This record gives sequence, C-alpha cells and structure tokens, in this order.
Amino acid sequence: MKTQPKVLTFLTILSVVLFLGALGMVFLFAPIEAVMGYVQKIFYFHISNAWVGMLGFMVAAVSGIFYLVSKDLKWDIVELSAVEISLVFFLIAIVSGSIWAKPTWGTYWTWDARLTTAAILEMIYLAYLLLRQGIEDPERRARFSAVYTLIGVISVPITFLSIHIWQTIHPAVIGVGSSSSQGSFGMTPAMLITMFFCLTTFSVVFITLLWYRIRLGQLAEQVDQLKYKIMQ
Amino acid sequence: MIPYAVSIKYMLAGFTAIFLVLVIYLISLFVRWRRLKRDLQTFEELEKQL
Repeated sequence: MKTQPKVLTFLTILSVVLFLGALGMVFLFAPIEAVMGYVQKIFYFHISNAWVGMLGFMVAAVSGIFYLVSKDLKWDIVELSAVEISLVFFLIAIVSGSIWAKPTWGTYWTWDARLTTAAILEMIYLAYLLLRQGIEDPERRARFSAVYTLIGVISVPITFLSIHIWQTIHPAVIGVGSSSSQGSFGMTPAMLITMFFCLTTFSVVFITLLWYRIRLGQLAEQVDQLKYKIMQ
Repeated sequence: MIPYAVSIKYMLAGFTAIFLVLVIYLISLFVRWRRLKRDLQTFEELEKQL
C-alpha cells in the first residue's frame, strides 16, 4: 500500500477545520429559531447528512455503471465504499431527524411518506451489504452489486421528492412543502449561510472518508491476493 | 413554542447521536485498517519463508 497522498492529508485537515467551523456557525452564528428554540440547530447537520447520504448512493450507482462498462474491480471498491459511508450518514440523518421530531411533532417516529421512504432507502442499501457477503466469486459479486445499486438508486429521487408527491408532515427546505407539514420555519440569511456551510463541510468530509474507505478496500484486496498466492 | 429546557435537552441528544455514530464509524475504519496491515505483514513474512 502506497503512503498516504498529500492531497488526502490536506483533505483530512480541511475536513477537521471545516467541521469545527460548521459547529461554530451552528452554535455561534446561526440565530435561535423563535418557535423551536435550540433543537432547530440539529437541522443543519440533519440536512447535511441526508444530502451526503443520497450523494453517496448516487456515486455508488455511477461506479456501478463504470464497473459494468469496464469490468474493472476497482469500481466495485468505489461502489462499496460509497454505499458504506452513505449508510452511516443517512443513519445519522434518520436518527437526528427522529430526535428533532420528538419535541416538534410529539413523537420520534411516524409512518409519514418522507420517513417511510427514508427508512426503505436505508434498508435497501443495508440489504446490499448483506447480500454481497453471500457471493464468493468477486466478479459475480461485483456484477450483482453494480446492477443492485442501479436499481436501488431509484429510491433516492423517490425519497427526495416524497414531500412534494404525498401529503406529509415533514417540512420542505427546497420548494414548497405539503400543506400539512409541521415544524417549518422561515430561514433568515444567517440560517441559509449556515446551512450551505454545513452542506459544503459534509461534502468535503464525505470525499475524505470515501478516499480512506477506498484505500481500505484496496488494502483488503491486496491481502486477499497475497493470501490466495500463498495458498496455491 | 417548545420550552427552553426541553429544546436544549433534545438538541444535546441529537448532537450526541450524530457524534456517536460518526466516531464509531471512524474507529471501525481505523481498526479494520490496522488489522489488514497486520495481516499483510504476516502474509508477506509467510511468502518470504516459502
């Protein structure tokens, strides 16, 4: 395994600095929302995690296409890495959203269109990880995974657009939400700046983590190849 | 309006959950990396012996 590239070291430092900056923006710069109070501050990290979660699932689908075209297993590593990281970020979005919902909606969970589609999305990709483990042949596994991510990614726009398609209590950040939404708030310029800062921060954190996870996948492949060579 | 004490309690719970999941994932990445490095070293030594 090659030594860590300088760009990755730079990205790591940048991620830490941006993350601390995002915390500073959320707690020191963004105003306290009039109705919800402090709990609204979860929103900045909630939306950023949901964004990078969905971004990663799309990256996985694109990697799936690249694999199917090139048959190069490196794209399978990228795809798996993107799914794994996105699962973590999307789980954070679901959990933080549930915690925000308790004082706002009076319940941690309701089978609302957005929450249900988000839970289904998470489960689709959780199943991806489990199903992969059941296939031994690397090429067959990569082919299956690529096709799976291409089908699975359909759930991303469905989840994103669910608040515009169905009647839902989930507030909309982009566009006009459902008339039955609860917990909506008018965004001040400072709130908008903080939101975009957090979105940028988590995008950089995602790229950094993806790179680390790809390196981990490459190392695992190297170990497997050496193991196979010795056992021959 | 959500009472101040309730609002701050859930905000702290939310950020704790966010950090907890992130830290657990970072630790898992680190642990897997160390294990693989150790395995690689072991197999390289084995290869030399063979």
